[in-house]
Parts: sequence; C-alpha cells; structure tokens
Amino acid sequence: MTATATAAPAAEPGVVHKRSLRRKLVPYWLLLPGILWLVVFFALPLVYQASTSVQTGSLEEGFKVTWHFQTYWDALTEYWPHFVRSVLYAGTATVLCLLLGYPLAYLIAFKAGRWRNLLLVLVIAPFFTSFLIRTLAWKTILSDSGPVVDVLDTVGFLDITNLLGMTDGSRVLATPLAVVTGLTYNFLPFMILPLYTSLERMDSRLHEAAGDLYAKPSTTFRKVTLPLSMPGVVSGTLLTFIPASGDYINAELLGSTDTKMVGNVIQSQFLRVLDYPTAAALSFILMAVVLIVVTIYIRRAGTEDLV
Amino acid sequence: MRWLRRNIVVFAGLLTLAYLILPNIVVMVFSFNNPAGKFNYSWQEFSTEAWQDPCGVADMCGSLVLSLQIAFFATIGATVLGAMIAFALVRYRFKARGAINSLIFLPMAMPEVVMAASLLTLFLNLGAQLGFWTILIAHTMFCLSFVVVAVKARVLSMDPRLEEAARDLYAGPVQTFLRVTLPIAAPGIAAGAMLAFALSFDDFIITNFNSGSTVTFPMFVWGSAQRGTPVQINVIGTAMFIIAVLIVVVAQLISSRRKHSAQSK
Repeated sequence: MTATATAAPAAEPGVVHKRSLRRKLVPYWLLLPGILWLVVFFALPLVYQASTSVQTGSLEEGFKVTWHFQTYWDALTEYWPHFVRSVLYAGTATVLCLLLGYPLAYLIAFKAGRWRNLLLVLVIAPFFTSFLIRTLAWKTILSDSGPVVDVLDTVGFLDITNLLGMTDGSRVLATPLAVVTGLTYNFLPFMILPLYTSLERMDSRLHEAAGDLYAKPSTTFRKVTLPLSMPGVVSGTLLTFIPASGDYINAELLGSTDTKMVGNVIQSQFLRVLDYPTAAALSFILMAVVLIVVTIYIRRAGTEDLV
Repeated sequence: MRWLRRNIVVFAGLLTLAYLILPNIVVMVFSFNNPAGKFNYSWQEFSTEAWQDPCGVADMCGSLVLSLQIAFFATIGATVLGAMIAFALVRYRFKARGAINSLIFLPMAMPEVVMAASLLTLFLNLGAQLGFWTILIAHTMFCLSFVVVAVKARVLSMDPRLEEAARDLYAGPVQTFLRVTLPIAAPGIAAGAMLAFALSFDDFIITNFNSGSTVTFPMFVWGSAQRGTPVQINVIGTAMFIIAVLIVVVAQLISSRRKHSAQSK
C-alpha cells in the first residue's frame, strides 16, 4: 500500500492525469473477474435460495413465489431435533478437538525440537487419502466386539457414554458416539494447525520469565500460554464448528436414522424428496444460526486477522 | 511418577497423533484384504489381488480421471482469479474494500451444505444441465477464497522496496511485475494452487448437490458405501498417500539442500 502512495511520478500535469487514471483502474481490473465469479456463483445463489424458500407448488406444476413463510415454521417444528443434534454433535466435536488438539499443537510448538517438521507432516498426512475412505475406515475400527470397542467396554468407558445417552449397550457403531468420533477425527487438523501457528509465534522467554517469577507450570499455562494462544483457539473452534454443524457424511456413514443431523435432512429434501422450499428454508435457518455464532466470534477476534 | 507428570503433554499429544493416523493405517492394511462379502470392513485373509488389478472395478478409474480433470481446471481458474484479487487487496487502494473482504471471507465461513444447496437452486432456476461444468464452476468458486488467503499472506510479507528499486532502475510496471513481484509471490501462489487442488479433488458435499448423474471419485466412494466397498478403493487411497508423502519428502530434501549450499557459500 505504501508503494502506491509514493509511486506517483512528478511529470507534466496532463500525462500524470492520464496515467494516474489508468493506475487507479488497475485494481478494479484485477478484482473484476474473481469478484464477478463470487457474486454470480456465491452471492446470487443465496438470493435464489431465499426466494425458493418462500415458494409453493409442486415439481409437476412448477414452484412460484407466494411469500409462504409458513414453510420456515413447518420446517422448524418438524426438524428441530435435527437442529439440536447438529449443534450438540458439532459442539461436542469442537470441544473434543480442542482438548485433543491442544496438547499435540503444544508438543509440536515447544517440545518437538528436530522432530517438529516430521510431526507437522504427520498431522497433514491423513489428508492425502480421500476423507471418505478414511471415514469408512472408522466402520472397521469401531466394529461391534472389535478390539477398540472391547477395550472401551472393559474399562467402563461405555458405561459412562451409556449414561450420557451417547451409546446403547456395548455397541459404538450407529450411535451418537460414533458420529461425534467421526466429526472430531475429520476436523481435528483444522483445530491443530491454527493452534500451532499461534503457539509457535509465542516468545518462549515468556515461559522462562513466568518460571523465574515462581509461577508453577500450571499457573504459567493458565496465565501466559493460554491467553496468548486465544486467537488460535478462536479460529480453530470456528474452522471446526462451522463445517461440523453442516456435515452429513459422518451421520450417514457412521450413524443411524436416530443420529441424522440437519445436513442429512437438507440433502435428502433436495436430492431425494425434491421438496425444494423446505430444503431451502432449512438451509437458510442453518446459515443464520452459523452466521450469528461467527459474527459474535469475529467481533472478539478482528476480521482482517481471519481473512 | 514425576517424570510421567512432566511429560504428560508429550503422551497426550502422541495419543492424538495416533488417533489421527490410525484410519490411514487401517486403509493401508485393508488394501491387502480378501473380503468375504461385498463390504471390506472386517479382516479375512491376506491378498494382493486388488493391487494387481487396481482398475478392476467398473467405473472407478473413470471417476478418478474425472476428479483429476476437474481438480486441474478448477485449480487453474481459482489460482488465476484468486491471485489477481490478492494482489489488488495488498498493493492497491480502492473503494468497497470491506464488502470485497467479506465476499471472500463468507464462502469459508459458511457450512458447505448451504453453499451447495443455494448453488443448486441457482442451477435449477436457470435450467442448467448438471454435470462436469456445474461441478467445475462450483469448485472454482469455493477454492478461490483459499487461494486469496494463501497468496495474500505471501504478498503481505514482501518488501515493497524491492518493487520500488525495480522502478528506480527504469523497469516498466509489466517488467517489474514479471521479474520481481511474480517470482517473490510464487511460493504463495504455489501453496494456494496446491490447496485448491487438494480441496477440489477431495470435495464431496458441493459435488454431491451439483453433479447430476456425473460421478467423481468421492461420489464413487460414497455410492460404494451403500452398494459394497471394493478393496480397490483402499488401493487408490494408499497409493495417493504414498505419492503425496514422496512429494513432501523430496520437497523437504531439496529445500534443506538449498539451505545447506546457501550456508556453505
């Protein structure tokens, strides 16, 4: 930005005017194609979706805008459990990602030494295999009376999740626990990477200083490390919660009909039932919910940092 | 006991790492399975049959080629459009900056299913034929923002005095851009392009909504979860993994050798 401010050459006035006008237009030419693409294929579709959500009609006779807002109310009364499940599962997965991801990010940032690059590659490496294939692998890992489920059953973990209503008996597959496990797994790297970035930027002398001032390791963590890593926590939770709340892959592949999330309903209404107004209304409500959450978060974190 | 307490972070971190890696190992091991039924979920016996005939499943390799094609073109489109936006954002002043920033940010801050569904309503209303082109349009759209972020980060960290120096040495704007700005921004552009390729190749939700009857590789895997999972899926997953790891290792070796030779000079 400073470059443009200092670059105006001091030549004859007429030439300067013509050249500076051309210079002024440069950013608009650079922006035009990409922004046009986003307007036509991202913003405009949202308008079409809004209009679809207040249409009535049928596939045979076609849909017309009748400002039928009743669709929203009907969709909410019929599918509110799916919304609750989406927020609950995505929220649980986000918290689990934070609890699981923080130690690993901390380990890579402060304790890994020369292993740091290798560990970072190992965090990204799972991405190299298509995520649907990896999600299907959880069907094997969590299979009934397989080694993982047996261990969880023996140590009493399943008794706890049974109490929480996340499992039923000694099965994990086709329960909420399986869906949450899949969600946590799929979005964990999106939590680890921002956490790592914010921890890595931290001056390690701050830890020494806290130690010199007789802070216990736990106090150092609570008063120094955690507050300084908050930007990473905020963007990590956003990057996990947003996609998880709209996900329908884990619920479909690892869950049962009792674990369907709102994404599953949108998908089946759009692609199988072909009830476009209901599907559009549900999608719009989901967007509103997520946007509210995101806006609250961004207010606290600052926009430019996240973009 | 004290040793254990001091290293608890290490143990917790390594456990998380195991959780992340475990499915990849399962995919790899089960590429050597000889399943009893249609589904490859439980171990039967060792076999290299699938590796000897990776394209033995009807339509799978065709879907793989289609995914690669779409990812290739979407990457080019998104990288060109995204890099242009990134340069404009960092190097120029213009009106409506806030609106443009949010237009770039919003596609990343929205559940994919919402974007997918709304794009489908657009295509339905326009009566567009769903298939290769609608998938390509959709992929270019959602990859664009990620390219902008990657390139912007690189251009921001660039010293503007280098461009001033080029101008002081009588380089024209085009020459300055081609010989100074572009080479320095190249790693950011490459990173953005690689991210776009990975995102497009592995995309499911947006493709699921906007593909009509066209089947990309993730769509094939999705369908096979209902019809029966051939072992070849695991073969492809494992091969992808190995190729990508090899690329990373080679890139690391090259960059560390460069560092070495730079130090010895």
